[in-house]
Amino acid sequence: MRNFTLPERELMGSGHLGCQGCGGALAMRYALKALGEKTIVVIPACCWTIIAGPFPYTSLKVPVLHTAFETAAVAASGVRAALDIQGDTETTVLAWAGDGGTFDIGLQSLSGAAERNENIIYICYDNEAYMNTGIQRSGATPFLAWTTTTPEKTPKSEPKKDIMAIMVAHRIPYAATATVAYPDDFIRKVQKAKSIYGTKFLHVLAPCPPGWKAPSEWAIKLSRLAVQTRVFPLYEVENGERYTLNEPKDDTALPVSEYLKLQGRFSHLTEKDIQAIQDLIDKRWQRLLRQVRESA
Amino acid sequence: MTPTLTGTKKVVTGNHAVSYGAMLARVQVISAYPITPQTQIVELLSEMCANGTLRAKFIKVESEHSAMAALVGAASAGARTFTATSAHGLALMHEMLHWAAGARLPIVMANVNRAMGPPWSVWTDQNDSLSQRDVGWMQVYCESNQEVLDTVIQAYKVAETVLMPAMLVLDAFVLSHTAEQIEIPDQALVDRYLPPYQPVYKLDVSDPRSFGALAPPDLYMELRYKMHKAMEDALTEWARADEEYYELFGRRYGLIEPYRADDADLILVTSGTVTSTARDVIDELRAAGRRVGLLKIRVFRPFPAQLVREALANAQKVAVIDRNISFGMGGIFAQEIKSALYNAPDRPLIFGFVAGLGGRDITPTVIREIIEYTESRDEPEDLIWVGVKR
Repeated sequence: MRNFTLPERELMGSGHLGCQGCGGALAMRYALKALGEKTIVVIPACCWTIIAGPFPYTSLKVPVLHTAFETAAVAASGVRAALDIQGDTETTVLAWAGDGGTFDIGLQSLSGAAERNENIIYICYDNEAYMNTGIQRSGATPFLAWTTTTPEKTPKSEPKKDIMAIMVAHRIPYAATATVAYPDDFIRKVQKAKSIYGTKFLHVLAPCPPGWKAPSEWAIKLSRLAVQTRVFPLYEVENGERYTLNEPKDDTALPVSEYLKLQGRFSHLTEKDIQAIQDLIDKRWQRLLRQVRESA
Repeated sequence: MTPTLTGTKKVVTGNHAVSYGAMLARVQVISAYPITPQTQIVELLSEMCANGTLRAKFIKVESEHSAMAALVGAASAGARTFTATSAHGLALMHEMLHWAAGARLPIVMANVNRAMGPPWSVWTDQNDSLSQRDVGWMQVYCESNQEVLDTVIQAYKVAETVLMPAMLVLDAFVLSHTAEQIEIPDQALVDRYLPPYQPVYKLDVSDPRSFGALAPPDLYMELRYKMHKAMEDALTEWARADEEYYELFGRRYGLIEPYRADDADLILVTSGTVTSTARDVIDELRAAGRRVGLLKIRVFRPFPAQLVREALANAQKVAVIDRNISFGMGGIFAQEIKSALYNAPDRPLIFGFVAGLGGRDITPTVIREIIEYTESRDEPEDLIWVGVKR
């Protein structure tokens, strides 16, 4: 185990309304540890609308602006503009959205904010479906996964949208992936994002026990396996060009089945299906290695 | 107090009158998306931001939905905010109009009244703004370029007092692209009238609060009640803001404006630029000895029901000109006026005319025909289509 000390400050209370073992709740806790109290969080419709707590309660010790589903990036842009014109360039504005609000309905305003290089951090905690409304498929749902709108007989027939490639294509100063299984990497990336001017995008895999049909104590385990099987490699891209691979470092990856078999949403898969997913993962991994090599 | 007139005279279009109003109000965050016939408003504001005439952040967003969402963020963080739009842009904003009102943000917006497609039209009618009647925005219909400029400044005064957003409305092309001589008020005087926006609550890291969180059924209704109370208070605040404006600048408009209506048997009801045409027709008919008058509705939300009742109390007949249509019912101003009068002891007969949709001119001849039609009938009619080729 590497030597790493988690910042002690807690800006998220224990009385939040997340499900047991929610990866998205832990991700917020880490993000705020990294950012500190001079942070304003903008939350569109997503699980965190609930997790943050109903009026008059809040589970966060920083200001929160709840906003409409498709507006996280642009509402954050507005907050940023208001702070700047009032002379506060120090406070971090964090847009915190789920995969639906990022990959699907919020993509237009996110693209607009990225194109304008708004000085915000945008973190997508990706639980790979519309979990708050009861597990419907999103553009982030993986290939062949079960959801309530992609039942087992017709599981999702399209691969997951490559949101990182979309954000990197905007040539924003910083884009990175992270998971709660690697808190040192996670916190370093959030702090790095804070130190850079412009639009910073973090794609965080957020295991969802009810939606993934997995035990609630496996959020960390699943996050780690996603990295070790190369389903969700950890990497950073600076200025749309410079790729750095963080994890997994070695050449020996676990087979994707090790990750899939722990989750009920994949329990219908045949050997052939699993191989098809493995092929997809291998192809993406090779592409990532090429991108890292070419930008070195 | 003697009205102080220290401004400078300038010939400007209605659109640029809006821009000057926003400049004088010292807006801090602007966010907008181009749409005809509004675009000139934000072009001039861009110029003002670029040359330092106006110290503001201008977020050039990728849609009107985002324009309003950006202002929701900016106003929540304590900035005075402005946008302008029209027709489809306003329709796209719809969700965020609810958000701005529910969040009690005093955002001010100019909407240039343009007909909705399809078929495509860029010309004026009121269906765009009136489709947003129930979102919780104040709506003020302007008649002249001077009124446009003055209304922008008044709108901030009222919006920031009652904490409800305000939309001023001007007719496409008839006002937006027509130049008139107006007075641009002195900045120091506007500063006296409109001090900087100081919200009680805002996104503030030294006082962290949550805005817009889930409200259970035992709280939601109270928040809606407070919005309605704020709208009721806004009736008084518009009157007060108008009087204060008069004291400093020598101009006032009222929430409604009765014109030669005191002893009128027939009162014509108008909004927007049709009012100016109607005024001339009323003068002409008065000169011929006819007992006709005019009522201009300026503030539409909150609806000044009591003032309307008083203004129409002595008329035998009322003819409402609606440059809009609620399909399956009729003109919207006519509905509002009927609703306001229903519980009054003495009610005039009300005739609802729909005219001038999609920018068709409402000429003096059209208005004379409306008056003659109303005079010649004994029974009121809910919906009369004016000049439709059948």
